[in-house]
Amino acid sequence: MAQAAVAPPKTSSDLIARFGGIPLAWVGVLPFFLFALLFLVLPSLSLFTGSFTAADGNFTLQNILDLSRPDIVSAYTLSIQISVVTAVLGALFGFFIAYALVMTGVPGPVRTSMVTACGVASNFAGVPLAFAFVAALGRTGFITQFLRDTFNYNIYDHGFNLYSFLGLSLTYLYFQFPLMVLVMMPALEGLKREWREASQNLGASSFQYWRYVALPILMPSILGTMILLFGNAFGAYATAYALTGGRLQLVTIQIGAQIRGDVLHNPGLGYAMALGMVVIMAVSILAYTWLQRRAARWLQ
Amino acid sequence: MKRSTVWGWFWVILGVLYLVIPLWGAFDFSLRAERDVIGFAAYARAFADDDFWRTFIFSNQMALISIVISVLLIVLTAYWVQLKLPQLRPIVEFITLLPFVIPAIILVFGYIKLYSRPLAVGPISLLPPLTNTDFSTNILLVAGYVVLALPYMYRSVDNGLRAIDVRTLTEAAQSLGANWITIMFRIIMPNLRAALLSGALLTFAIVVGELTIATFLGRPAFGPYLQLLGQHKAYEPAALSIASFLLTWGAMILIYFVTRGTETQTTGAH
Amino acid sequence: MAFLELSNIRKQFSSNAAPAVQDFNLSVERGEFVSFLGPSGCGKTTTLRMIAGFEQPTAGKIAINGADVTHIPANKRRIGMVFQSYALFPNMTVADNIGFGLRVAHRPKAEIEARVEEMLKLIHLTNRAKHYPAQLSGGQQQRVALARAIAIKPELLLLDEPLSALDAKIRVSLRTEIRAIQRQTGVTAVYVTHDQEEAMSLSDRIVVMSEGRIEQVGTPFEIYNFPKTQFVASFVGTLNQLTARVVDRTVGTLDLEGQQIVGPKLDEAINGEMISIALRPEMIDLDGAGKGEAVNHLRGRVEETTFLGSIVRTRVKLRDSVISFDTFNNPNLTLPQRGAEITVVFPREAVLTLKPSRGTVESEI
Repeated sequence: MAQAAVAPPKTSSDLIARFGGIPLAWVGVLPFFLFALLFLVLPSLSLFTGSFTAADGNFTLQNILDLSRPDIVSAYTLSIQISVVTAVLGALFGFFIAYALVMTGVPGPVRTSMVTACGVASNFAGVPLAFAFVAALGRTGFITQFLRDTFNYNIYDHGFNLYSFLGLSLTYLYFQFPLMVLVMMPALEGLKREWREASQNLGASSFQYWRYVALPILMPSILGTMILLFGNAFGAYATAYALTGGRLQLVTIQIGAQIRGDVLHNPGLGYAMALGMVVIMAVSILAYTWLQRRAARWLQ
Repeated sequence: MKRSTVWGWFWVILGVLYLVIPLWGAFDFSLRAERDVIGFAAYARAFADDDFWRTFIFSNQMALISIVISVLLIVLTAYWVQLKLPQLRPIVEFITLLPFVIPAIILVFGYIKLYSRPLAVGPISLLPPLTNTDFSTNILLVAGYVVLALPYMYRSVDNGLRAIDVRTLTEAAQSLGANWITIMFRIIMPNLRAALLSGALLTFAIVVGELTIATFLGRPAFGPYLQLLGQHKAYEPAALSIASFLLTWGAMILIYFVTRGTETQTTGAH
Repeated sequence: MAFLELSNIRKQFSSNAAPAVQDFNLSVERGEFVSFLGPSGCGKTTTLRMIAGFEQPTAGKIAINGADVTHIPANKRRIGMVFQSYALFPNMTVADNIGFGLRVAHRPKAEIEARVEEMLKLIHLTNRAKHYPAQLSGGQQQRVALARAIAIKPELLLLDEPLSALDAKIRVSLRTEIRAIQRQTGVTAVYVTHDQEEAMSLSDRIVVMSEGRIEQVGTPFEIYNFPKTQFVASFVGTLNQLTARVVDRTVGTLDLEGQQIVGPKLDEAINGEMISIALRPEMIDLDGAGKGEAVNHLRGRVEETTFLGSIVRTRVKLRDSVISFDTFNNPNLTLPQRGAEITVVFPREAVLTLKPSRGTVESEI
């Protein structure tokens, strides 16, 4: 902050500015910081302190320790599982589609339509998405009936259940892979044509080009987006609740139940669960940011 | 390139199928509300429901307010940071990343914990408990929405400001004698139209269907209404789901026309 | 038989557009350094890419060392290429980049390491072996790109405007290095550039191109001193392009805006017709500068004198046209003043008669 040598205060606003120690120039960002303080920072801090508060109001670490309770551990495990599964599958599926759109001879209009479709799909989550899947894959759903009537194959008789891990994963994938497509397309376009030509020139086959040049360059983007997908699924509440109604004990569902009525019989534990979630998300975002920087360096 | 085009089509078709089949399934289902009749009865019933209109209008109102506050707050901040306080950029960008770290469920959890009591610094009470009245709870609701939309709005506006070289425009305007308000409303905002519109449409898409914050704050929004509907009815939820999809699609198409070639925005899961 | 042979090469990108390259015939000897010189869009890069195998010719044949390679895929041609944007693999170190071609050929590790060492010494970057391309300057990156292309011991080295992205100073030193390395390794090289100074200083022969066609092929000396068309004359070096009327074609007398000059004998012209002629600035001199008895005199008025360091460039207005001429800087001589009357002299050989080019004419003045 290079300020010129300070002249003695001449006006009252100068006085106020200097009195606060804050240069007048900061007034423009004050609303934003105030907003962030009131509606982001303080609520989070409140949860944070809550997780270290016992029923009698004293400081305690017991809430954190209680996170190792089997039902809570299994909730985290389940959430992480579904997030990892949908992140990996979404990333793979999305990558191949992005590759198809950017690097093969698919015609322009098809490409634009697909990009728009992915844009819509990645924003279409929550209650409407859950209902669409119920209408499609529920017990009396369109696909279920179609398979039953045409192939005489009732998926529900064979163990499929929409309101399960598998069903929720399929639903999550609906917005996961389009997100991957949208992020990977610019990354694939960032692969310079000359790199492929140079490698061809040096005698490399297509496989060798991908193995030694293209995939290593793309890896930070791929991994970074996978982490983004992970965070996306991990923090999701609406879709899970609308679809399974609380049947699947994910962390977000448990926290929701806790908010409604103290089902854990220990508010501090609820806050500790929230803290645990925030920690996991924070680690994800850090990894994502680091990978993004790596990607930007190479794809510039 | 020929062999790979076959593979290309394969993946694209697979993707299209995945996206279309559930929607088609829902659409087909929504048409069968009346026995043996393919019709739009479910839609008619859904739109005839008073509660639908009540909550839908409420959510639209909240969306509008959130958009206005969002725009004012973010344009001011992004502009200020770019022009006067570039050293604050890392902090501001960090704040815009926070909504990813604090998803909606956690956010509303924190709001309830913090704001069911007066906000106090020592013995001085700064704010009454915001969860006490409908109006003040709506404030929390709008604040939550602004937070959810923050990352996308900020990125959109920031890119927009960069694209129009805001510093030079401001200096030109100042040399011609314009004051701050003139600059903001007659020069900056009009040039940011595309960025603002796309941010606004995205905010709209987030807000109208939002479930988590609205439910736990107990506000009569469209998301909770849909959720409740799904517990009692079968065909109407499917119909509204299709309607909601069309709405989102419409918003995205508008965004596409407005931005035409600049970065696409996505919001991900709720 | 030539080492690289291009026969009747033609490239058409779409059926209703003009061909990008047509009637292209060229024979390059082994170890020769040939440049394709021309303005943007003249087809030089397209032709280079056809040799490399990145584009397929619509018609014609390409042969390297007797073998027809026209339909052989790019990665089987054993051609090294240096790109304008360096195209170094950002995820690999300098050493790994250089060794890439040998690695994909599954050469033994010891051989790769030895060859990489050798290349690093050649380009004087031994201490940067473990660095990444992003940590190098433009000139260093281009040297690594060159080493990478040569490491595989290619039969042919193609360079696509490799110096365009670099600063002027680096350009000069690097092009000397490129030529030295080419001589040392004896590899046949084809070099694409729009910079005529570059082409002239590097090449054994230059292929001047315009609008997809070859205008002229020759040594730098031939191209500069005996240009065959207007385009070549104007593109290579500065030129005064004028129109004059033929007075006597057997002697070569011309009427240039009211003044009589003598040029070469004209076999194809008719007395009285207007033809295009050109005068090279460096062959024109001030009257009385002591060069002996000159054949041609032209009177005019000084429009501008520009001091360019070792050269002084003067613009003189004749009746209608302006010609410019260069003299060497001499601190003892007074520069011609603006507006002053002046007489310039030049020999008969300074007058060039030019065919209209097959492409558009570009005037340099």
